[in-house]
Amino acid sequence: MLAFIIRRLLQAVLVMLAVALIAFTLFRFVGDPVNQMVGQDTTPAQRAELRESLGLNDPVPVQFARFIANAARFDFGRSYQFKQPVSDLIGSRLPATFELSFVSALFALLVGIPMGVYTGLNRTSILSKLFLTISLIGISLPTFFIGILLIFVFSVTLQWLPSFGRGEVVDLGVWTTGLLTVSGLKAIIMPAITLGLFQMTLIMRLVRSEMLEVIRADYIKFARARGLPDRIVHFRHALKNTLVPVITITGLQLGSIIAFAIITETVFQWPGMGLLFLQAVQNVDIPIMAAYLMLIAFVFVVINLIVDILYFVVDPRLRVERAVQS
Amino acid sequence: MSVPLLSVRDLHVEFPTRRGRLKAIDGVSFDLAPGEVLGMVGESGAGKSLTGAAVIGLLEPPGRIADGEIWLKGERIDNVSRKAMRQIRGRRIGMVFQDPLTSLNPLFTVGDQIVETIMTHLPVSAREARDRAVSLLEAVGIPAASKRLTAYPHQFSGGMRQRVVIALALCAEPELVIADEPTTALDVSVQAQIIDVLKELCSARGASVILITHDMGVIAETADRVAVMYSGRIAEIGPVAQVVKAPHHPYTVGLMGSIPSLTGSVDRLVQIPGSMPRLDAIPPGCAFNPRCPHAFERCRVERPEPMEMEGSRVACWLHEAGDEAQTVAEQGLAGRAGGER
Repeated sequence: MLAFIIRRLLQAVLVMLAVALIAFTLFRFVGDPVNQMVGQDTTPAQRAELRESLGLNDPVPVQFARFIANAARFDFGRSYQFKQPVSDLIGSRLPATFELSFVSALFALLVGIPMGVYTGLNRTSILSKLFLTISLIGISLPTFFIGILLIFVFSVTLQWLPSFGRGEVVDLGVWTTGLLTVSGLKAIIMPAITLGLFQMTLIMRLVRSEMLEVIRADYIKFARARGLPDRIVHFRHALKNTLVPVITITGLQLGSIIAFAIITETVFQWPGMGLLFLQAVQNVDIPIMAAYLMLIAFVFVVINLIVDILYFVVDPRLRVERAVQS
Repeated sequence: MSVPLLSVRDLHVEFPTRRGRLKAIDGVSFDLAPGEVLGMVGESGAGKSLTGAAVIGLLEPPGRIADGEIWLKGERIDNVSRKAMRQIRGRRIGMVFQDPLTSLNPLFTVGDQIVETIMTHLPVSAREARDRAVSLLEAVGIPAASKRLTAYPHQFSGGMRQRVVIALALCAEPELVIADEPTTALDVSVQAQIIDVLKELCSARGASVILITHDMGVIAETADRVAVMYSGRIAEIGPVAQVVKAPHHPYTVGLMGSIPSLTGSVDRLVQIPGSMPRLDAIPPGCAFNPRCPHAFERCRVERPEPMEMEGSRVACWLHEAGDEAQTVAEQGLAGRAGGER
């Protein structure tokens, strides 16, 4: 188990180095950083001086090594447009995105799994067909459209929920949270549903098809023959056997929820990283783009590691086989 | 026989399909005395497993009991509520399935699954349930039982897993155990052990057994009585010694003749020509008539009902018809039964 985790960590380091290389090449090939930083009337001498001070005249491997060393300390330089350290900018935006992603993933799981179990068990009931129809809509409608639709209904027409922003936030030192105030909670409902709807339908359909498969298994028949109540047969014996693929998909989807919160954040003017990234792209703010790239890669790597460890927790067969291998 | 433990009366199981209802079981009746072992043999699709599933109330939809009654110790159980049936399953009727590799949930320890079943049915504490689980595992012959409680099913061999399955079926002391081909998926070398364990534990607890199998040898050694099924009906049912030594129904004769014998001097095994009819193409009269070497006119028009015959019940016109037919049959039977084991 430990050997497996260490091996995975080494692989993770390799992945991060590869992503770092891509982020690094951004600086070299997407425009000249010096041009981005200076004004029209800067003399060539000043430019050369700046170039020297930024270390841009050093050999490429040296520059790459310096980039890595800085990145490891969360130092991605200063934003061209805001003239602030990138790590500060991202640090102030990160909580908003993470909270949004977390709440929408929670929504997707808490609604998707029970719906999947229900539709898997009651294939012919009218409610199942309704769920499946809704899920089809959820899968086929684009995210921004659902967001706009929600705003139209709940903010414009009914005026129940705010149409933009994060509401009041509470500052907890390194983290600012909107989950502790009423306005913050109200503000997160619609963005979270918009962002999580697709994942919810995905999880629901996945749990359903796994459930249909598992429910026919001999051990379910045997569990019934042992006289166990339906509740235990379904939620203990059947559901746990559907979990391995669900964990995989949920893990991967959580990564993409964070990475692709951009659209939802734009629709709801959510002050998160996605919005920051979009502005960075518009203004060719390479340090922010590079840092965002690295951060998302890091999130994916961490989630994958957690998913791998969860497999071990759920499925005892893996524990033994891996232990024998390593 | 006093009140039978299990009494199945004129059981019909049907599967509604687009092209009409398929009668998978068509009028099966039998009684089971307390402590008795009833063997059930027949080809695949003859309705052996379905009879077992109907008794324990686990017919897979759309299959359903269309007619007939099932009585357990004088109580009718085929029409009780789902909840009442659930309380009978596992508690009063235990079941052992064919494939031990897939009967146990791979994600829970063996101990969890046994304790869970015990606590569902019996008013005991978790501690008592655990102690009971250990003694059950010991009883079915699993070494170091208290340590193995925390093992997962994949850490057991096939034979050991089937022992666990038997422990699970017996853990609430049921009065009846239905074993649906308990050894078919196992190595030949452990089949006998598993049958022994099953038989010993059931007789020690006074539980009756319905043993469903293809293996006539297992029946001959284990069962008190045997029911031979063909096309959803019982062709012949009677004491095992009699059915094996002197079968009456031509199908039973063919079945006995097709068993290889280690000591016998038969050159070639007898085979029954043809195959069992599909459910949607059961011929009129006796279902066996197209394959029967002794079939005559009446077999093709009128369906024989089981008739008393020297302690057995046989559904065959040969044994009701005149002396002539009977003699012919007896001669034929004598010739074939010569190679029995």
